[in-house]
Amino acid sequence: MSLKTFKGGVHPGYHKSATEQKPVVPAKPPAVAIIPLSQHIGAPCEPLVAVGDEVKMGQKIGDSKGFVSAPVHASVSGKVTKIAKCNSALGRPVDAVFIENDYQDTWHESVQPHPDWENLTADELKKIVREAGIVGMGGATFPTHVKLSPPADQKIDYVLVNGAECEPYLTADHRAMLERPEDIVCGLKLAMKIVAAPKGFIAIEDNKPDAIEALQKAVAGEENIEVAVLHTKYPQGAEKQLIKVLTGREVPSGGLPAAVGCLVQNAGTCIAIADAVRKGLPLIERIVTITGSGIKEPQNMLVRVGTPVAEVVEQCGGFTANLRKVIIGGPMMGLAQPGVADLPVTKGTSGILCLTDKEVTIDEIHPCIRCGKCVDVCPVSIMPLFIGSSVEQGLYDRAEKYNALDCIECGCCSYICPAKRPLTQWIRMAKGEIAAKKAAAK
Amino acid sequence: MENKLIVSSSPHIKSPESIKSVMSDVLVALFPAVLAAVIFFGLPALITILVCTLAAMLTEAIILRNKNIFGDGSAAVTGVILALTLPPNPPWWLCVVGSVAAITIGKHVFGGIGNNIFNPALVGRALLLVSWAGHMTNWLTPVELTATATPLASSSHPGFFNLFVGAVPGSLGETSALALLLGAAWLFYKGHISWRIPCTFLAAVFVMGSLLDGGFSLSQGLFHVLAGGVMLGAFFMATDMVTSPVTPRGQLIFGLGCGVMTMLVRLYGAYPEGVTFAILLMNALVPLIDNMTLPRKYGEVAK
Repeated sequence: MSLKTFKGGVHPGYHKSATEQKPVVPAKPPAVAIIPLSQHIGAPCEPLVAVGDEVKMGQKIGDSKGFVSAPVHASVSGKVTKIAKCNSALGRPVDAVFIENDYQDTWHESVQPHPDWENLTADELKKIVREAGIVGMGGATFPTHVKLSPPADQKIDYVLVNGAECEPYLTADHRAMLERPEDIVCGLKLAMKIVAAPKGFIAIEDNKPDAIEALQKAVAGEENIEVAVLHTKYPQGAEKQLIKVLTGREVPSGGLPAAVGCLVQNAGTCIAIADAVRKGLPLIERIVTITGSGIKEPQNMLVRVGTPVAEVVEQCGGFTANLRKVIIGGPMMGLAQPGVADLPVTKGTSGILCLTDKEVTIDEIHPCIRCGKCVDVCPVSIMPLFIGSSVEQGLYDRAEKYNALDCIECGCCSYICPAKRPLTQWIRMAKGEIAAKKAAAK
Repeated sequence: MENKLIVSSSPHIKSPESIKSVMSDVLVALFPAVLAAVIFFGLPALITILVCTLAAMLTEAIILRNKNIFGDGSAAVTGVILALTLPPNPPWWLCVVGSVAAITIGKHVFGGIGNNIFNPALVGRALLLVSWAGHMTNWLTPVELTATATPLASSSHPGFFNLFVGAVPGSLGETSALALLLGAAWLFYKGHISWRIPCTFLAAVFVMGSLLDGGFSLSQGLFHVLAGGVMLGAFFMATDMVTSPVTPRGQLIFGLGCGVMTMLVRLYGAYPEGVTFAILLMNALVPLIDNMTLPRKYGEVAK
């Protein structure tokens, strides 16, 4: 059987062996939890607590009136010591609630299981998902309840669980699929119920045979759910590529998956949905892969949201001496950090990748030799080389003509370029400049 | 620790491939053809190839004020390819003039690697061809090395086996289809060339050769594919990254155009061989072809 795949893409080394066989272990709760009020795409939350307040675990401590937003919750019980800026992976300081841990882990009274969860209506379920503060945990952190509320005229035919985990190094989703397959299926069924989708897919790359087996077992007897085995290729787990591969549909340029009747959820997000609906748990912890040759003991850990990255790193034996780069996320799309001080793990932290001078190179940028490899690997068929040269000359209109705005920023073009041209970075620049120009024209 | 961290835009890992590694792969791919040239035409062939390559590398090193004479390897590739388009025993100064012209007029006046419009080796060859036509058509038989004409200009057919292995008169590198195919297989394997340009090039030559060279004859089509510089051109010159289209459809058009132009020159032109001018002409059209054949982007909505 030929495996399902998409056009373009690259084959970076997996680098997953350091952690893929390691069961998820709970990380120590932080001494002071730093809960950013903005851990999602959309409106930041306003704090619901004040300095000096006692808070309990699972208590909602920040919320927003905006629709595209998600509340945040205390991941420990204790006392609010300050509300101040902390660092974020994006490099922009954000407001955060600092909670001194009393190590009692006293649950807040709002955290109650829903014994009748199977009889809840779609709207009730959606409300639970919203109140639990669930966001896309693959890294994009788009509020899940918004995804689950497609426009009334758009019928959802498929819910796709993204278990591709195509980013090298990361194994958080892999472990989630191995250790909690039933919960993933439960979360998928709930999502299907909310949007009234008749069919569900769980998509996994063929380099994770054990996860495929675990989920095939978990979906046994579910007639409308299928485990789809995908060819291992980056970016197999990119939303638009996944939809094309599994349904043959293409999300129209500038549109959302709902436009073609699809909804994609990360595997970890499905578990969060299941936990919220059945146990009443808000999203206050997540699986994080701490890996790379720059860390002494790579691991998969279940980390409370708000745990400083430095404390997590410490529990993995600390950095090695030749550490050169700390990345939040994977090596292809993750965000390099200038340091880890005051930087907490958030809902979107899928990995803490530590690279050494062996992996981190600073390459001289050479002229484009027009080899066309960036065109071959581009999964959305745009022209990275021409956008790159346009940006070099400041010609952003021309960059737009070569479809810069359709870039999914997967990084394949920069990865493959023999001239070591930072194409993805240039395209990002073009997107910013084009957007700014359009905003100014309005 | 903290102040040593590098912050850069993603992706944070890169493929090990570099311009130098690509050029080195091309040199490896040219080796069978070089070997065949030396086997069939002996020491003079080796000297020709060495002089061309060294002259090209030196010219580039001087222009770039680069102490490392190999540089990124692109000049060496130009030198070897130019040598392979020359007759077996040209005067040494002809090699030097050709290489210097290839690197300067063909490449650096346009801004160096990546910016040249025309294939540098072919610019060098074209200059030599129009300036020293006598030297450039001084053909020898293989092994015995006596003066003769190439199969394209002669009335006797050398036999397909000889054409395929290369035991025929001609330029150093264009005679052995076998050696060229071996090298091309390596480039395919390494992913540096796609089938699109060579296959459409050869197909156009085959079809036009079968139909238009004295009535319908498939063997005449095959003759045109194997004889002269078509194989060398199709696999090593038309596929030159810098001077060929980057879009998949553009590569098909480019290959077809090269084939058609080659045959037009061969059948109706003043020269017996047209590969050089066909490719140079198509090189000029590359920006146009690229922009007319932009791929359909994912999720493209009809306007």
